[in-house]
Amino acid sequence: MSGWIDKQKNILDFTFSSILRRKGKNIALLLVYTLIVFLLASVMFLTYSIKEEASTILKDSPDMIVQKISAGRHDPIPLSYMEKIKEIRGISSVKGRLWGYYYDPITGANYTFMVPEKFPHEPGEIEIGQGVSRVRATFPGDALDFRTWDGKVINLEVKKVFSAESELVSSDLILISEEDFRLLFGGSGDRVTDLVLRVRNPKEIPTIAVKIAELLPDTRIILREEILRTYDAVFSWRGGILILILAGAVLAFIILSWDKASGLSQEERKEIGILKAIGWETSDVILMKFWEGMAISLSAFLAGIILAYIHVFFASSSLFEPVLKGWAVLYPQFKLVPFIDASQVVALFFLTVVPYTVATLIPSWRAATVDPDSVMRA
Amino acid sequence: MPMRKSTVFLVYLFSNIILLTVLGLHSLYQREAASPWLEEKREMVRRLDLTDLCLFTEASYTRHLTQADGHVAFQDHPVSLEHFPSGSLLRPPSMMDRTHVRLDR
Repeated sequence: MSGWIDKQKNILDFTFSSILRRKGKNIALLLVYTLIVFLLASVMFLTYSIKEEASTILKDSPDMIVQKISAGRHDPIPLSYMEKIKEIRGISSVKGRLWGYYYDPITGANYTFMVPEKFPHEPGEIEIGQGVSRVRATFPGDALDFRTWDGKVINLEVKKVFSAESELVSSDLILISEEDFRLLFGGSGDRVTDLVLRVRNPKEIPTIAVKIAELLPDTRIILREEILRTYDAVFSWRGGILILILAGAVLAFIILSWDKASGLSQEERKEIGILKAIGWETSDVILMKFWEGMAISLSAFLAGIILAYIHVFFASSSLFEPVLKGWAVLYPQFKLVPFIDASQVVALFFLTVVPYTVATLIPSWRAATVDPDSVMRA
Repeated sequence: MPMRKSTVFLVYLFSNIILLTVLGLHSLYQREAASPWLEEKREMVRRLDLTDLCLFTEASYTRHLTQADGHVAFQDHPVSLEHFPSGSLLRPPSMMDRTHVRLDR
């Protein structure tokens, strides 16, 4: 066993001497290779963690949401619809939700206003998310001005700022009393933004959805299952910019492997010829080239994966921030829980390390089986 | 005596594997440690009947991805053009599958 280990170490020593003779080229190769793995692994870690967190958090979202559609667009729904829905058997609760968007001309940010079922404060008071607190530099005890639908200004006192840990759901959220919501956005008191339903038996959800659609044809129904499915596919590999990142990385990797597989440089062929001439077996030459491929691809893979983990879970994906931020002024600063899919890491290993190593072996095997004299003379 | 090149490489390899194992353990620990925060978010979703994650605030249909109506930017059709950067990162809500022809499959 120790003889085998010594042989491998000797071949490794020789391999590294050979790699270092072409230092510039190999370092550049290693850097590009690491960058490709880093990019792919970062996207993989980020999207998988968001999906996992979404599926955990949104498990308790409403069973069903009913929205009124008028001329193809979402419209406030009359409270009378609630009474009709209540008559359908199997529904445990129906509630009206009041929520809407507010564009803040001072900061250029968009907020989400929402009226909770039980608001623990008085009218004139609000609770805000960390993002709102950040962009307006506002803390409990401070007051915020908002322009109402009829052009007046109302002043609301901040009673609470949500925790930084809840930013993924609450960053742009402002909780407000119903009275202030109506004052801010107008509209009649007999309408709400939409209705949320809870159903006793989850198996009955599709049947109830069909009944509502028949009873109220001007509504659309969003099921929880659809909410979860949306987030499950939210960053699909085919989605927009992700396919560009993926395509760029895969193409770069194909070029790297192609360069290796398409043949050896004159210098490398000569080296193999000399090794054969001084008594190396073909299997030794192939072993040396195997270690060369492994040394570069495995080093790049490990470094790329480690850097990607640090980037996504310690540095909050800061390199992707300009893309994720878009034109948003209020950008949630959430720290993702590091959910890792081991099968994805294994797949990345087999997609990057194995093809490259094999691509290194093929031309070396071809050169090693030719007569050393002709290789050296070529 | 300088260290052999093979030894340097093996030390590098093993230290990377150890680091990777540490990160794996970090991931498990963080998941455990984050469970109260995950529970806080779940409770918030339950209490306020929330439907979406606050990932992108620049446009209403990327803020409330699942609640968007059919008449903004790419939602005229699942494969139509988009004009907000975050919209180019996301896929249309799965609800659109029900109401639009699946031309992009």
